[in-house]
Order: sequence, then structure tokens, then C-alpha cells
Amino acid sequence: MTIFKRGVSRRRVLQTGLAGIIGSGVAPLVFTKGAWAQEFCNNPTGDTVTFGLNLPLTGTYAEEGADEQKAYELAIAHLNGEGDGGLLNVLTPSALKGNGILGKKVAFVSSDSQTKSDVARAGATRMIERDGAIMITGGSSSGEAIAVQGLCQEMGVIFMAGLTHSNDTTGKDKRRYGFRHFFNAYQSGIGLGPVLGQEYGADRRAYHLTADYTWGWTQEESMKEATEALGWETVAAVRTPLGATDYSQYLTPILNSGADVLILNHYGLDMVNSLTQAVQFGMRDRQANGKDFQIVTPLISELMAKGAGESVKGIFGTSNWHWNLQDPGSVAFTKSFGAAYGTPPSQAAHTAYVQALLYADAVERAGTFYPPEVIKALEGFEFDGMGNGRTLYRAEDHQCMKSILVVQGNESPTSEFDVLNVVQEVDRDVTTYDPSIFGGDLGPAEPVPMCA
Amino acid sequence: MNNLMPRNDLFLLLGFTAVVLTMPIWLAPFGAGYPDLLQRFMIFGIFAVGFNILFGLTGYLSFGHAAFFGVGSYAAVWSFKLLTLDAIPAMIFAVLISGLFALLIGFLCLRRSGIYFSILTLAFAQMSYNLAYSVLTPITNGETGLQLTINDPRVLDAAMGQGFAGQPVPTLLGQQMSGYAGFYFCAGFLILSFFIAQRIAGSPFGMMLKAIKSNQTRMQFTGFNTRPYALSAFVISGMYAGLAGALLAVTDPLAGAERMQWTASGEVVLMTILGGVGTLVGPVIGAWIIKYFENILSALNDNILARFWSFLPDGVADVVVKVTSKFVGDGWHLTLGLVFVIIVIFLPGGIMEGVRRLAALFRRSGSSSAKPSARTQPAE
Repeated sequence: MTIFKRGVSRRRVLQTGLAGIIGSGVAPLVFTKGAWAQEFCNNPTGDTVTFGLNLPLTGTYAEEGADEQKAYELAIAHLNGEGDGGLLNVLTPSALKGNGILGKKVAFVSSDSQTKSDVARAGATRMIERDGAIMITGGSSSGEAIAVQGLCQEMGVIFMAGLTHSNDTTGKDKRRYGFRHFFNAYQSGIGLGPVLGQEYGADRRAYHLTADYTWGWTQEESMKEATEALGWETVAAVRTPLGATDYSQYLTPILNSGADVLILNHYGLDMVNSLTQAVQFGMRDRQANGKDFQIVTPLISELMAKGAGESVKGIFGTSNWHWNLQDPGSVAFTKSFGAAYGTPPSQAAHTAYVQALLYADAVERAGTFYPPEVIKALEGFEFDGMGNGRTLYRAEDHQCMKSILVVQGNESPTSEFDVLNVVQEVDRDVTTYDPSIFGGDLGPAEPVPMCA
Repeated sequence: MNNLMPRNDLFLLLGFTAVVLTMPIWLAPFGAGYPDLLQRFMIFGIFAVGFNILFGLTGYLSFGHAAFFGVGSYAAVWSFKLLTLDAIPAMIFAVLISGLFALLIGFLCLRRSGIYFSILTLAFAQMSYNLAYSVLTPITNGETGLQLTINDPRVLDAAMGQGFAGQPVPTLLGQQMSGYAGFYFCAGFLILSFFIAQRIAGSPFGMMLKAIKSNQTRMQFTGFNTRPYALSAFVISGMYAGLAGALLAVTDPLAGAERMQWTASGEVVLMTILGGVGTLVGPVIGAWIIKYFENILSALNDNILARFWSFLPDGVADVVVKVTSKFVGDGWHLTLGLVFVIIVIFLPGGIMEGVRRLAALFRRSGSSSAKPSARTQPAE
């Protein structure tokens, strides 16, 4: 009898437990809606239009992802006419009215891409198929961006890339439905090369540590090209897995390699770790070949500089944008972002915000959400006021042509955000390159693929 | 022909078929009725059914099954790139390659059993993952993932004079394999896999596997050589994994190294244990539950929670949102862990044990509660 009683109570525990779990798991889904028949993928028929934000909220690039999310939420608020309007006031030419897009309120769904290509693709598919996203945007890794861009081409949904710096995104793997505002590794090389030559001379031996995926590969290639043009010699280029935490096994061989410059082709948490550990190894206090040993970080953002703290002082790199620029666009964006979140925006946040606005503007100018028309509106579009001077969305490869920044770790920061100094603004005429050097094929815009 | 299949098995198969094919209808109210997730339900169902042949029937716990899954994916994508965009050659190719790979790894690992076997498979899988990630980058494209491009050779398609406009996607006899078409394609394979697993479990071969599980030493003393049986089970289960990997590549033509990581191997173990080790339906249900939680819970964010709890008073709602937000979004693993712990503690036999207990409860209260002692007791 006692056994029987114990059985009942255990079962009851189980039933209530399961009921609770199912109840809390299922109930919020009442809010989700199904897809409907349409003439192109996710044609918005109601009074809202949905953006799909595909962001790495965990993993190596999580910090950039979180900052991008803030920027998207701000951009959507501004598009809907809330807040101070941000860059809507300075974008020229602009078709934006601050009443949503084509009169429809902008909503968003988001998905954590975990800094993994597979997961990013699954998340984007979910947002397109289930949540009816008209456009996918975001990503903090080129691996993700290229994977999702391919998917968007299959589905017939426009992809506005967030932070992706690989040459392949708008080079070898470019797609008709994918657009990138951020600069690329090749442009970093163009900008950084002359500054490095001037600071460190023409007789240097460089050692590369490279994140082992598309972005690292292309940045290593571009940096080799830029430094070898100066007369530098490349001693070795070693690949490190994305998301590594201990770099000592990669750093030790550098000491005996005869190199006098370390080029870190890392980003996000990887760069924070590798740079900090390199400095802890005493690399910056070393002499090699009779010169001071130097470290270069070709792509750097204020989030990483903040993470690396003391280690970043005096180190050269490039950025897409910096919050301390004094043009009206940058000032306006820093002000709205600061008012909303209390910190200055990162370059990832800036490119995310601008991409959301540019898409909305293109739809307004096209007068329709029909992707081929929006693509036509974006291709060859020239605009100003977004913080990078006059900018062109190049039709040949969907890459923005604009000025970029060479930055240096601030030796005497006045605040915890004042970690990078702008050394030089590299003009758009200098950073423009021939789109055919990377090959690739955009593919057609029509017929528009139909998602399920 | 009457005894082609025992009657219960036939009913189970028919019921299973009906449940699977009507999924788009009955899952819609749960927010899961969209093709991508349904396809994943099917694919990971196949993966779990195959894993169960090794773990559930034979009693060998492999911690490296994701390797076969990944190999299947890569093989399929290469078939799309080099041969043709048709799904059938890709799947045959993938199943063969992963079968061969399983033969190799199984031959080495099955020299040990128990925890040593598990560790060996884990080591091999992690090795494959790291190879895919670094040394084999020319084949796997590393972290970036292997994708189809317009300029792939596709020898057979070219020979047949088929050109493609736009992004190439896998097809089946010209029909695109995304969306619901892809779901029914995968569903067909899940039902087929289920049928084969059912037949294996009921066959003399299956009996051998069960005997290996219950006492391998006793088998050996009676003169059986168990190694070939265990190796066959390992290869079959590896082929299942390869099939699942290939289907994932058919419905979404990108192969990334992450799907070979040890977490992916662990996931299929969780699926099987959660559903019920050794049962036919259990692993499939386990796979569905885990994929459902992964996709649905990880998509919830603070805004949705705030809307959901908005009926509560302000201060309370904030606290509740704060607490519940730890269990959704990127914290969904916490929920999964809790569910897993609860299941393992209260239902060691997984969800299928829960179903059995419920059925027993109904039967007991239904017939007559007056003579519970009349039930037959086991002899031991």
C-alpha cells in the first residue's frame, strides 16, 4: 500500500512538472503567426513589416552582436517616428518620412546565431518561414554573413549584411540579394599599408596569426599584399581556430622566428585574448633585429580596445567608423545612441543602423517591397550624411565605397570609451578598387525565388 | 503473407506514419508548423532512430555519432557540387561514404566496450571535427562552411545540358527540395527508416543485438562471435546518421563543421535517453522535443516575455520576466537541462516509460481497482 501511495505522489509531481513546462513553453507561441500565399516571399499585407535580426548573442563575437541589436532597435524606433529621428534628419538624399516603411510600422524578430554558420542559417530560415521577415540583417562574422547571404538568395529575401569584413562577402561569394555597407580587408590593407610604412619603416619581418575562416584568410592575404608592397617580408602565417582562448602555443614560436612585427588577424573576443596574451608575453618590450617589436591589429573596434585595456595603447588598426568623428551624421548618431543606452556606439552598431535605414530608404524610393525593385534602388545609389562622407553602393559587387579610418590605441584615454584615436581618414578615391579582382558572380534578381 | 509483420508492429507503423504526415497541421498551434523546423524534426528523428539501433539495441554508447552525420553532409554537398543537383545520387553517395567511415571507426573502436568504447568514439569524432576545421579545409571550407556556387562543375548536369539560373539548389527530378516538398521528402525517409529499424528489432539479427546488450560475455562463452554483429549494428547506425546528414544538406545545402562537434554527438544521446532508450518511438519523440525547445525557446526574447507576462502587476512582471528570461533565448540549454534532469530522475526509461505508466494507470483504474494483487508478479 505504501508503495502504491508513493507511486501516486511521484506521478503527480511528474504531471504537474510536465504540465508546467509545456504550459510555459507553448503559451507564448500564441503570438506567432503563419505564412500565407503571396506573389513574392513574405509580401507584407498587414499594417506592419518585419525585419529579421540575425545576431550573435553568444560566442566569440557576442559583444558586437549585442551592440548591433541596440542599434537595430534604435533604427526601427527612428523609422517608426519615435525618438529624436537620429540619422533620418541627415541622410541625403532621403525618401524616409518617419512613419514606418511605405506607411507600414516596422517590427522585428531576432535570432541568436551563436557565431556559427549553421545556426545562423537555421535562425534566418525560421525568421523567413515562420515569422515572415521581409529582410534579414545582422551578423558579426563573415562566415555567418556568407552562409546567410546564400540562403537569402535561395529564398528571395534581401540580406543587409552587418559586421562582415571578409573580401569574399562582396567578392568570390557575392550574391544579388546581399548588400554590405561595412568595408573589407582589402580596403584595410590600402589604408593601413602606408601608415605602417611611415611608422615602422620598409625593412620589417611580419608574422601573422590568423583566425581560421573566410575573414581571417582574406585579411591575411590583403595584409600580406599591402605589407610586401612596402618591402616587408612575411616570416610565417599561422591559422588559429575561431573561439580559441589560450594563444600561448601560437605565441611561443614567434619569439624565435626572427619576426619583428606580429599581425593579429583576429576579431572580437579572439583579438582581446590574443592581444592581451601577446603583451603579457612581453612582446612589446622586446627588441628583434635591432628594432622595437610591434603588434598590428588590422581590424579593430572600440569594444575590443576596451576589452584589451592597457594592451591596446599605441597599436595601429583600421575601423569603418568612430563615434568621435565630427561630421553631422556621426554626431547625430552618437547623440541618439548615447541618449538611449548611455554608451557611445561601436562601428558594428553604426553599420547595422545605417543598413536598416538604407534598406527602408530603398523601399520608399522603389515604392514597393518587391525585392528586384529594391535591389535596383540600392544598386548604384549614392548618398551622404551617414558618417563616412559621400558613399556609393556599387552596383557591380554591392559593396559600399566610402572613406575608412586608420586608428591607433589611445596612449592617454580620458574616459573608458576614449580608447582609439583616429590617425587618418582614408578618402573614398583611395579605397576604391576594381570589383573584378575577386571574381564571383552576383547571379540574377529575377525570377524571384519563392520561399515556402 | 499474414505473418509478414506482427499486427502490433503494423499498427505502430501506421500510427507513426499518420502522426508524421499530419505534423504540419497539428504542430501549427504550437508555433512549430513551418517547413524548416518540420524538416529538422524528420532529419533528427532519423538520426536518433539510427543511434538507437546501436545504443538501445546493442548497448554500445557512442559519443561520436555526429562525425557520421557530418561526413554524410559533406559527401552530399560534394555530390551537388561535382555531379548533379539531384538529391538521389547525393544521398546514395552520402550513405555509402558514412557507412565506410563507420566501418573504419567501428572496426577500431569495437575492440573495447563500455566507457572505453564511448571515449574512443568521442576521440575519433572530435578528431574528425578538428580535421574538418583545420587540415581538411580544402575539402570542408572550415568554419565558413561548404556552399554551392553558380560556377560548380556539376558534371552530370552539364552532360545532360541542364543550365541553372540563379543560386543552385538541390532538386528531386526537377522539383526543388525546400519548404514543404523537402518536409515530405524527409518524412518519407523517416517512415522508411522507422520501418527498417522495426524490422531489425524484430529479426533474429536484432535478437543477437539484444543478446549482446544483455550479456556479451555469456554470448561469447556459448560460442558466438559477437564482433561482426556489433560492427554491423555500428555501420547501420552510421549509415542512418549519414542519411540524416545528407537530408540536412538536401534541404539546406550548406555543410558546416559545427555539426560534427561533440555537442552534436551529445545531443543525439540526450534525444535517445529523453525519449526512451531501446524503444522504437522514444528516440524520435526525444529528437522532436529537443529540436522544438531549441528552435522555440531560443527565439523568445525579453520583449515577447514582457508581453506574455504583461497581465501581472508592474513590479511583479519585471521580476518574472527577469527570471524567465534566463530560461529562454540563449539560456534555453538551462530549460533543456532541467527537463532532462526531471525525466531521468522520475522516468529513467524516458518519455516512453511515462506513456507506459499512464497506460497502466488507465488500464488499472478501468478494469477494476478491487483486486490489484491479482496481477502476475515476476518470478525473480
